Amino acid sequence: MRPFWSGTITFGLVSVPVNLFPATRSTRTSLRMLGPDGEPLARKYYAEKTGKDLEAEDMVRGYEVAEGKFVTVSDEELERLAPETTRDIDLTRFVKEYSIPPVYFERGYFLTPAGNSEKAYRLLAEAMKERGDVGIATFVMRGKERIVAIFSDHGLLRAETMRFPDEVRSVKAIGLPEEKDVPTAAVRKFETLIKKKIKRTFSPAKDQQTEDLLKLVKRKQSKASNVVELKDYRRDKEPEAVDLIQVLKKSLAGKR
Amino acid sequence: MAARAIWKGELKIGTQKLPVKLYAAVEDKSIRFHILDDSKRNRVKQHMVQPESGEEVETKDIRKGYEIEPGRFVILDDEELEKLKPEPSRDIEVSGFIPIKAISQQFYERPYFLGPDGDQANYFALARALENQETEGIAHWVMLNKAYSGALGAQDGYLVLSTLRNAGEVIAADELPKPDGRAPTKKEIEMAKLLVSMLEGEFDPDNYKDKYRERVLEFIAKKAKGHAPRLAAVKTKRKTTSLDSVLAKSIAALKKGKHAA
Repeated sequence: MRPFWSGTITFGLVSVPVNLFPATRSTRTSLRMLGPDGEPLARKYYAEKTGKDLEAEDMVRGYEVAEGKFVTVSDEELERLAPETTRDIDLTRFVKEYSIPPVYFERGYFLTPAGNSEKAYRLLAEAMKERGDVGIATFVMRGKERIVAIFSDHGLLRAETMRFPDEVRSVKAIGLPEEKDVPTAAVRKFETLIKKKIKRTFSPAKDQQTEDLLKLVKRKQSKASNVVELKDYRRDKEPEAVDLIQVLKKSLAGKR
Repeated sequence: MAARAIWKGELKIGTQKLPVKLYAAVEDKSIRFHILDDSKRNRVKQHMVQPESGEEVETKDIRKGYEIEPGRFVILDDEELEKLKPEPSRDIEVSGFIPIKAISQQFYERPYFLGPDGDQANYFALARALENQETEGIAHWVMLNKAYSGALGAQDGYLVLSTLRNAGEVIAADELPKPDGRAPTKKEIEMAKLLVSMLEGEFDPDNYKDKYRERVLEFIAKKAKGHAPRLAAVKTKRKTTSLDSVLAKSIAALKKGKHAA
């Protein structure tokens, strides 16, 4: 698996070349769409007016500037529009770890040292840990400019992409009522309830819906109920299943 | 103009019940592109086809299957899929509370603002209590045919409900080995800490704008008028120098900057 992004974290004049990999994976299983004989179907684009199927080279990306009027933008143009921040994560500010409201967090990634940057990498992780800080920067990844917070987490650097403030709605914009006198008795009642039901550690939930789906599938499989087997089925178009933990372990050990 | 609530629910904490309305807290502002066919510049549509023949298969004839092995599928019909859907309910069950610092940022997925639905006093009291105790509630609810687990928190006096990722979806740092290589020296760590401390400040989100999005929109506007600007190619990477010298240079530069300010 190739890294999602490769570049350099900088703080002051210190450079840390890094690779970036996702820190999340999907557990949701998807169902395949099959035709009447059980053969997996393909999704195709077609031209509305002619009904003709289109391949990648027949299509372009367009932005609608007026009703029915489009301006095309190529991959290269998008890449060239973002030259400044494409390869750097420049940490110009550090903030206290819990000062960022969770509403801003989008997705996590792990950074692994690239080239011979282990010492600088460990230095940044250790310095942030001892100060209780996270570093903030902006960068462009996969065509989008992102705000990112770099965390020091068990000796590793973890990046959390953040939403832009104009993407986070304000309570005023939503139209929520203003806070008035909050009755202290009610506050105390809830605080008592909170203290009674406090748990020390967080246990993330399991994916019950996927579990239920797999149970159903197993039941049907054992009863040979509605199982379709395709002869001459070739999986050469399927991507290899990626073990993200193995990819990360390899990258951290300095291997590709 | 006030937003419309996506959903209405009822928070249940022990015997306490609090009716609430749910609003999206996030508005995706990324540039929406359409896919066009190159020759006529018309919007394209999608359909499902049999890969061999290219024949279209209409939606009503499409079957859904789970692949147990390559080429072997268990077909699931609509009735079975319907049975898998969770029981609809308006309840948002809060089973316990956790100190805020105990939940890694990695788990937060999608936030919603909760607004009061008739009971303002208890709404604001709960938000205040959560802030005072620095905790978040662990919540479970079913919304639009999906079961969710989430965190109920407070922000600036208002309640926020964020969906949380499942256990298998998040890779924790402590599952991974630390990188190899030489450890930094004590002196280097002290210098790096000094450098970090000089760059410390408040988290000020208004400092950050999606400049790239603005540039793309500007480019598109110019292209629409027929003035397609020429774009420079991407710059190359910077060169590296020794770690100690850059640490020292950075600190010196920052100190100089502070005196000049």
